[in-house]
Amino acid sequence: MKPPVFFDEMHSGGGVRPAYERYAAWLHSVPQEILQERHDRANSLFRTVGITFNVYGEEGGVERLIPFDIVPRILSAEEWEIVETGVIQRVEALNAFIADVYNDQEILRSGVIPPELVLTNDAFRPEMLGLKVPRSVYAHVSGVDIVRIDAETFYVLEDNARTPSGVSYMLENRQAMMRLFPDLFGAHSVAPVSHYPELLQDTLRAVAPRGVDDPTVVLLTPGQFNSAYFEHAFLAQEMGIELVEGQDLFVDDGEVFMRTTRGPKRVHVIYRRIDDDFLDPLTFRGDSTIGVPGLMAACRLGRVTVCNAIGSGIADDKAIYAYMPEIIRFYLGREPILKNVPTYTLRKPDDLAYALAHLPELVVKEVHGSGGYGMLVGPAATAAEIEAFRAKILAHPEGFIAQPTLALSTCPTFVDQGIAPRHVDLRPFVLSGQTTRVVPGGLTRVAMRKGSLVVNSSQGGGTKDTWVLEKPNARARR
Amino acid sequence: MRLQITHETLYSLTHAARRTVQYLRLTPRADRCQRVESWSIGGPERLRPWTDGYGNVVHVATETDAHDSIAIRVEGVVSTRDTAGVLPLDDGLPPDMFLRATPLTLASEAIAGFARRFAEERARKGDIAALHAMMAAQADAIAFEAGHTTAATPAAAAFDKGRGVCQDHTHIFIAACRVIGLPCRYVSGYLAAGQGDVATHAWAEAFVADLGWVSFDVANRQSATDAYVRLAVGPDYRAVAPVIGVRTGGGGEEIAVTVQVRQVQ
Repeated sequence: MKPPVFFDEMHSGGGVRPAYERYAAWLHSVPQEILQERHDRANSLFRTVGITFNVYGEEGGVERLIPFDIVPRILSAEEWEIVETGVIQRVEALNAFIADVYNDQEILRSGVIPPELVLTNDAFRPEMLGLKVPRSVYAHVSGVDIVRIDAETFYVLEDNARTPSGVSYMLENRQAMMRLFPDLFGAHSVAPVSHYPELLQDTLRAVAPRGVDDPTVVLLTPGQFNSAYFEHAFLAQEMGIELVEGQDLFVDDGEVFMRTTRGPKRVHVIYRRIDDDFLDPLTFRGDSTIGVPGLMAACRLGRVTVCNAIGSGIADDKAIYAYMPEIIRFYLGREPILKNVPTYTLRKPDDLAYALAHLPELVVKEVHGSGGYGMLVGPAATAAEIEAFRAKILAHPEGFIAQPTLALSTCPTFVDQGIAPRHVDLRPFVLSGQTTRVVPGGLTRVAMRKGSLVVNSSQGGGTKDTWVLEKPNARARR
Repeated sequence: MRLQITHETLYSLTHAARRTVQYLRLTPRADRCQRVESWSIGGPERLRPWTDGYGNVVHVATETDAHDSIAIRVEGVVSTRDTAGVLPLDDGLPPDMFLRATPLTLASEAIAGFARRFAEERARKGDIAALHAMMAAQADAIAFEAGHTTAATPAAAAFDKGRGVCQDHTHIFIAACRVIGLPCRYVSGYLAAGQGDVATHAWAEAFVADLGWVSFDVANRQSATDAYVRLAVGPDYRAVAPVIGVRTGGGGEEIAVTVQVRQVQ
């Protein structure tokens, strides 16, 4: 069998692609020792900053540095425009969908989506039925995972509408790159990302309960043992808001307050990085000690806005994903700008039969899984792994979806052997408040192992800085 | 029927608590089968009413000063109507969402085995006949006996014990309905002339297409009549509990409950 040919972000079509022209010239002229030296400096920078990631499934939740790659992923202004308009369209549709399933349920009554797919879904929260949230926005922060297979074609791999993480890497990666390669930033007009915390704060303030002009916004974290705690602390600091844990908040007479040294302070917007299940022990899991008893009451009374809204997870459910093109058409009346990966829903007998017959060429995911856990990458799996997974699917087919293995684009990456292509994806962070916006770029994740298509940091993936080149004169216009 | 209801709950704590937050689902629903003529709820320092996703009226009660007891008193008059145990589908709650299992209503292999006998009955004689047969069989199999289960006992455990109270009966019935493919939900409320020392009552409502929600009070082997007052509906006891709370401090607690449901002119 001929090895598959992958689209490379830097070299494709027999030459260097336009966005990389200057960078490639520099990269080909720079001695290997310089790259090694910058690579080492990058590592020590990140150790100093303290960005580490808890890897599940490793003894004692080992804290590990996520590998950072010094070669940026570069997108031209035109390429970015496709991604930007595509993810904004997608998130607008997601928000319309969530608002609908918790209110009129028109999409279910019209038969566009089988009602039981939503109503019997664990991610659907009846606790939210009939509640009007400010500006009808539920997913205030979304991470849309995108892969590319050729010059024109971008696919959305999955939507993350619960508590997507990784934006701190986008910001830290840029800072590190600017320190390591100041000359390259002089030679390129790279669109800035550093205003993300400001936009996030704008977004959170824009969805404050009605009548509140100067809302108090807090970031609610599960605590320092959470794998994304660094990011919680980082974002709170960047926005100049309080980082709180459940025990710092309390509900009194249907309103939420924060304990401070100067007495209780009313809280209007909670940017929560805690899953629904743990938010209010009187409504969800009774054994949660990291939530706020009474929060659901305050939320339904409209006294506090929880971001992302409780129940947003219904939009990023992998079974719902298959219907995203229909969802976009239904609410926006437009054709999707970004493609959906063809998805086999294994609860359907025909799809199940197809998937079981083609496991070696498919990617199979758990419907409710995330982070690359519980996933089969057919082409990379051994026969034994495939058989073990087949048994899992047969025991519980409705728990899985299958997709063709996509030829993820590659990007030059600095590895032990020098510069070599590695597969990448891209997660732009989309903010929805008064409007839906996205900072130019996002988090590029890279599978550091040769040939690997799994970019998740929990599976040994690394990250890159993502450069969106500005159109000439863009700066002058701003 | 006009029913006068008085329901008092007294929590006595072994130490003073610093804070208590509670949800009280102690206000009768505005449903087709009943009309609330008067209702009052009192006791906790601060009470704020809200409506949950299932359309139940909930009060969030907060005590922020040190306290060693909490008394909750509700009283009022509700006039009820006999709907032959059937409520139309007009409460805005999509039936299919009650097909989801909760930790309290998960069907064990034993419950599934019990319920499957009625799947065939359902195919042959229809939903109503199957549900009534299932109710009768369950009432025979599970003795109504207090003291063997608690508010946290899942359906599977109560089924294995073969004993339980109305709450257990309702959870088992909900689990069994799911096995045969029928949405079913939990109703908490009051029953005039209720059995023994039952404080508040509980029963199940199964959804029958083209008819509506049909009630099944397994403990009493009957569908609801005008002797029943509905407080709250939800997927299980935990979602509709008359009182659920979290306390800071307070040590142990003793609960004393008195309920009076009297027919008045």
